[in-house]
Amino acid sequence: MKLKSIAAGVALSIGASVISISAIAAETIKVGVLHSLSGTMAISETTLKDTVLMMVEEQNKKGGLLGKQLEAVVVDPASNWPLFAEKTRELLTKEEVDVIFGCWTSVSRKSALPVLEELNGLMFYPVQYEGEESSKNVFYTGAAPNQQAIPAVDYLANDLGVERWVLAGTDYVYPRTTNKILEAYLKAKGVAAEDIMINYTPFGHSDWQSIVSDIKKFGGEGKKTAVVSTINGDANVPFYKELGNQGISSEDIPVVAFSVGEEELSGLDTTPLVGHLAAWNYFQSVENDANAAFIKQWKAFTSEERVTNDPMEATYIGFNMWANAVTKAGTTDVDAVEQAMIGQETPNLTGGMAVMNKNHHLSKPVLIGEIQDDGQLEVVWETDGVVAGDAWSDFLPGSKDLISDWTSPIKCGNYNTVTKECSGSK
Amino acid sequence: MRRLFATLCCYVAASLTSVYANEPIEVDADPATVAAVSSPPLSATMVETEEPVSVAGLLINLTEVKLSKALPVLKQLEILGGLDMLPMFKGMLEGDLYFVKASKEVVIISTVDGELTAQGVLSKKQLADVSKSQLKKIRVNNKLRGFLKQAIARLHISHPDSDKRLAAVQTLLTHLSDDTIATLIAARVNEADEDVQAMIDLALALYQADSKDPAERLIAVNIMADSLEGDARNKLVKLAENDTDTQVKVAAAKALKQINEKIEFYGFIDQLFFGLSLGSVLLLAAIGLAITFGVMGVINMAHGEMIMLGAYTTYVVQLMMPNAIEYSLWVAIPLAFVVSGCVGILIERGVIRHLHGRPLETLLATFGISLILQQLVRTVFSPLNRQVASPEWMSGSLEINPILSLTLNRLYILAFALLVFGLLLIILRKTSLGLNVRAVSQNRDMAKAMGIRTDWVDAMTFGLGSGIAGIAGVALSQLTNVGPNLGQAYIIDSFMVVVFGGVGNLWGTLVAAFSLGIANKFLEPVTGAVLASIFVLIFIILFIQKRPKGLFPQKGRAAE
Repeated sequence: MKLKSIAAGVALSIGASVISISAIAAETIKVGVLHSLSGTMAISETTLKDTVLMMVEEQNKKGGLLGKQLEAVVVDPASNWPLFAEKTRELLTKEEVDVIFGCWTSVSRKSALPVLEELNGLMFYPVQYEGEESSKNVFYTGAAPNQQAIPAVDYLANDLGVERWVLAGTDYVYPRTTNKILEAYLKAKGVAAEDIMINYTPFGHSDWQSIVSDIKKFGGEGKKTAVVSTINGDANVPFYKELGNQGISSEDIPVVAFSVGEEELSGLDTTPLVGHLAAWNYFQSVENDANAAFIKQWKAFTSEERVTNDPMEATYIGFNMWANAVTKAGTTDVDAVEQAMIGQETPNLTGGMAVMNKNHHLSKPVLIGEIQDDGQLEVVWETDGVVAGDAWSDFLPGSKDLISDWTSPIKCGNYNTVTKECSGSK
Repeated sequence: MRRLFATLCCYVAASLTSVYANEPIEVDADPATVAAVSSPPLSATMVETEEPVSVAGLLINLTEVKLSKALPVLKQLEILGGLDMLPMFKGMLEGDLYFVKASKEVVIISTVDGELTAQGVLSKKQLADVSKSQLKKIRVNNKLRGFLKQAIARLHISHPDSDKRLAAVQTLLTHLSDDTIATLIAARVNEADEDVQAMIDLALALYQADSKDPAERLIAVNIMADSLEGDARNKLVKLAENDTDTQVKVAAAKALKQINEKIEFYGFIDQLFFGLSLGSVLLLAAIGLAITFGVMGVINMAHGEMIMLGAYTTYVVQLMMPNAIEYSLWVAIPLAFVVSGCVGILIERGVIRHLHGRPLETLLATFGISLILQQLVRTVFSPLNRQVASPEWMSGSLEINPILSLTLNRLYILAFALLVFGLLLIILRKTSLGLNVRAVSQNRDMAKAMGIRTDWVDAMTFGLGSGIAGIAGVALSQLTNVGPNLGQAYIIDSFMVVVFGGVGNLWGTLVAAFSLGIANKFLEPVTGAVLASIFVLIFIILFIQKRPKGLFPQKGRAAE
């Protein structure tokens, strides 16, 4: 009898301690941050790490989620693509995070993707990209090509009367896919092949003389010409400088860039860039209360001279949507949150509503801005409403018939509407 | 030429009257309009009236309209304000046009010796102590910039400076309306400068090429045949393709053929220049290495970082003298030589000296040093690229004709590279240091026996090579990004040039740099930039297989 009660007491206390341990473990919801804090991409990605930290801090001030506090787990994949896969595994197995915000380059996303699918993780990807992908485990809050590149081309053709096109890009997957889509789109619009010039340069290209001279010649043949630039990072400054030196102004041959934003422009000599264009879904200069509050919060969190940019807005939207979806699902379980995410609406920073569609892409407005000499972009054109992100481009032969729909009964990232089959992973 | 001019005079005589409607109206003498600017209550009423008629009212309107609605306001300003609007248009084009938030007075700002000054557009008076917070910018977009350029050109037709007039007519070529033609005809009568005359005649011919009379079109074609302007060529293309009159068609096709031949010729010169310019960059980057690697035989992987240090020196110099960017490069060149040179001597004394005769260890040690220097720069200056401004005299281009224009920064750097090369040659040939360097590099032991302090010579040679790399950095800061990775981008090219040219031969370096530059630039249009550099690399590998000692191998017993 005595022995029994002791045993029961021991069992009880062990049980209690187990419960208390699990109670401590369940007290926080872990948010993984997978952005490079060193190496070449650190310049851009550090900003997004700070954004997530700011959002986590704010959510905790509001009382956290499901009555628990949020805890950010920051890792550094160091701009090293294979390391993204390792760090994703570390976050999901060792840290057991409930959600990951991360990646910038497409190659880093492609590296993390198999791990996410294998371990059924959840990631929010906040950067504009080339499309042609839809995974159950990823939500794409940046722009797909039809939310950035195609409206920009439409603007140039309709508002500026552009008839000849230079598609200039750095030689890697995003520019190549985007340019392929744009080329098909332009040809479908009736642009002749000889009115399209495509040019690729290596990373960090600095001698732009002959390319700019070619562009000048190409643009000097009587038809209004524009450059659609997917030139990345460092190579942009010498490119715009050379344009200026060869006397090409933004009125003669405007350049619309998809990778040049406020962050890239801050601390640059903007003189050769003034008047050229950039296409994004958000600009810091957009005037409304939500944006003003966000900028104020950001400057208070970091420092006065910091700027906001498009991928930050995408992170902001993604984070708020995830928080709402967790509240709606009542759990952080990936499958439940994934279903709760679809159809979520949250205000964006440009005065509209962001909607998460069935294909894990957002509906966003598209803005075209002109670069000003203070490094800000002045909106010169915007779409009437929001544009729904298209995972599979309608202008590429291989992906024309594919759609992505993560609701039942299809539940597929690449569903072929002709053969009625799901050709990839479920 | 005369005949064309006469016919055109008649052709557009009707529209001549409208020119005089465009004559500038005296505005700034009118005290009422000036008063309207400075008194806000009055200005408020001005805006509400549907069509403001005074320049002052229009200016206030300009501060309030949306960007998309600003064009009509500017058009009216041009009509009403005429020449008086010239400074304002220029200011607006440059982005220097602001208005005082309180009084709505439109001002042009400028910065003199770091101090902000604002001048009223109408009052022409300097405003007393203004700060940027009191002002708001009048924004411009491309549409407005396009208009402003045209408007400035129209107003410049009567400018006393003939170069300005020439540029003005050239700008107008793309948008020839009846009004502009009438203005041009009026200007042609009084024009004394031959170049401007020819340019106006071309403009008139461009206009006449749309005439209904085939004879007139033919005259126009003959005039356009002598021009290299793109607009003339485009017009000729259209005429050669679509003209209804066969005579005009044939004449246009013939003229086009001539022009195309010229374009091809100048295009060739253009490419040659690009090649020489790339060659000069390669030469600058490699010439320091030609000394440390070529003469001393040290494989210095930190050579790129010496270039980087030179570029950062330029950045620091510009930070120190923000109001004298024009002269900053002249200060930066000797300073960069000293900074990189000293670092070079330190490396030589501290590391390389102890690894003498062990090339593999030297390679690894200097590679380590290059990483240390990069990280040092990252910590001190941040990993972000730094902004190095180009002085005014280095931007823009030297226009030889409408097809061929050479960018000034490249031209200066080409000349600079040759100058540095010449100086280095003199140092090695004519000075006692040069004599010692050559002696040590040819036969170290013998030189030692002759009483030369080889240690000291080694340090000085390495310092000289590094210092020259620093100077190269100053030049490169004008072309490319100044960041921690600057050096890495040039180290491979530098080795390529030195090895190709022949180790230990400065002339070889010169020839190699220019031939690689030119080869690269002639390949680029055919193969694209990525493939061009691959082909050049493959060529060098094959070449080295055949001639391991490069283009100009060292001869004699000293050469192993």
